[in-house]
Amino acid sequence: MSNRPMRAALAGALALALTLAGCGDGDDTAGAAGGSGVTGTVTVLAAASLTESFIQIGKDFEAAHPGTTVVFNFGGSSALATQINQGAPADVFASAAPRNMATVTEAGNADGEPSTFVRNQLVIAVARDNPKGITNLADLTRPGTKVALCAEQVPCGAAARTALDAAAVKLTPVTLEQDVKGALAKVRLGEVDAALVYRTDAKAAAGDVTGVEFPESARAINDYPIVLLKGAPNRVGGQAFVGYVRSEAGRAVLTEAGFQAS
Amino acid sequence: MTTTTDAPPAVPADRRTGARRGRVPLPLLLPAALGLLFLVLPLAGLVVRAPWSTLPQRLTEPGVLTALRLSLQTATLATLLCLLLGVPLAWLLARVEFRGRRLVRALVTVPLVLPPVVGGVALLLVFGRRGLVGGWLDATFGVTLPFTTTGVVLAEAFVAMPFLVIAVEGALRGADPRYEEAAATLGAGRWTTFTHVTLPLVGPGLAAGAVLCWARALGEFGATITFAGNYPGRTQTMPLAVYLALETDLESAIVLSLVLLTVSVTILAALRDRWITAP
Repeated sequence: MSNRPMRAALAGALALALTLAGCGDGDDTAGAAGGSGVTGTVTVLAAASLTESFIQIGKDFEAAHPGTTVVFNFGGSSALATQINQGAPADVFASAAPRNMATVTEAGNADGEPSTFVRNQLVIAVARDNPKGITNLADLTRPGTKVALCAEQVPCGAAARTALDAAAVKLTPVTLEQDVKGALAKVRLGEVDAALVYRTDAKAAAGDVTGVEFPESARAINDYPIVLLKGAPNRVGGQAFVGYVRSEAGRAVLTEAGFQAS
Repeated sequence: MTTTTDAPPAVPADRRTGARRGRVPLPLLLPAALGLLFLVLPLAGLVVRAPWSTLPQRLTEPGVLTALRLSLQTATLATLLCLLLGVPLAWLLARVEFRGRRLVRALVTVPLVLPPVVGGVALLLVFGRRGLVGGWLDATFGVTLPFTTTGVVLAEAFVAMPFLVIAVEGALRGADPRYEEAAATLGAGRWTTFTHVTLPLVGPGLAAGAVLCWARALGEFGATITFAGNYPGRTQTMPLAVYLALETDLESAIVLSLVLLTVSVTILAALRDRWITAP
């Protein structure tokens, strides 16, 4: 009677333990792939910058395919890539940079070729209404101006480096943040005067932050690739989700959030 | 606790350390072995995956030593700060009856429950440029704490102090108050009693608390990166360097972790032999 749920719970705990121990093979979890129809749980690992738009797309997808549930795991693209290569059971991976996608495809964990579904570019995030009157990258070097950048190891930091080099601006930031949301938080809290973040992040924080566009950001555009994962517990569901993200409806949500259609 | 207060000084060494001859009961041995395995296996995972062939050149990369030095410095300074503030706080909680003591005791544990990143945000709201205290510091003295090494020390102390306070308070409660009473009847004031009787009495507990505090400060990540940011040589401690290395290169993250582990375990083992089990 209570044996089945118990067993399921044990299996779940075991799967979790294996994932945490980094030695699960990620070939099977509780997700039920039903014949040809789209049903069951679709597990999506997605870059943190996709959080707001993917939650919306997930809701729309569930409405379009009754009986499906989309479960998201948002995080830094590189951390997600590591999790996938260590056997995290998932159906879809959406990365904020081709490099992290390559980590997964080179390890043979992708099912098919990744495709770029949107692009994102940098803006200068400043406090609302831009009290310091910052209009371009050179303004960031003014004395007394504190700037947060992402560390070069993460996509937004690599893009910032490219943009600054393109503008020939030499800049000493006060901090190199671990992800774009960290850099944005420092602007929101007023600890720095400016940060280079994605246009989408500035837009999502529009209440606190103003995004200043600058020409050199066109030189550092970030491609976002998406792919179905090998050994996906719910292959059909995963395929349908990738299709939905690339559909007219999915694109509309993404462009609304400030992404550029690819 | 190690309160052998009634024992005469000449106790055989094995009784002093609590060692007893005889069989270890299986219901204790089995979970103990499993517990040890659970704690040590992840470490074994790191050792197995470590890139031993490229280890020497990875260790001599300039960033590694800088981050390690900064980590050791800030963790030690944070521990000193915790000792300075935390020991009196522990004494207050253990020895003085006052209204709201239970509330204060609960408040002390707040940093333990608070996710460190939230702790970092809270520190920014108080000590940040626009913070309650930080705004005044900036306006009056031109001092800003975020993004400085001082900020790292503050973040580490905030997260690590409860460990010290709880350990020292426990030691104080376990210590026999009659020694302090005797000192008082012999005319010693409360301060003299504290420095000459109480502190030596709780020495081992104090050392254990300081070690825990130091270890926690050394591994601190969330509050540090949130409050002090991440800049090499100034605020990038080893845990921050490990996290960023993980972004690009799993192997160098493993190397950095092993360096941090080796150094800290060596220091802790050395201190333990010296202070905690010394007669």
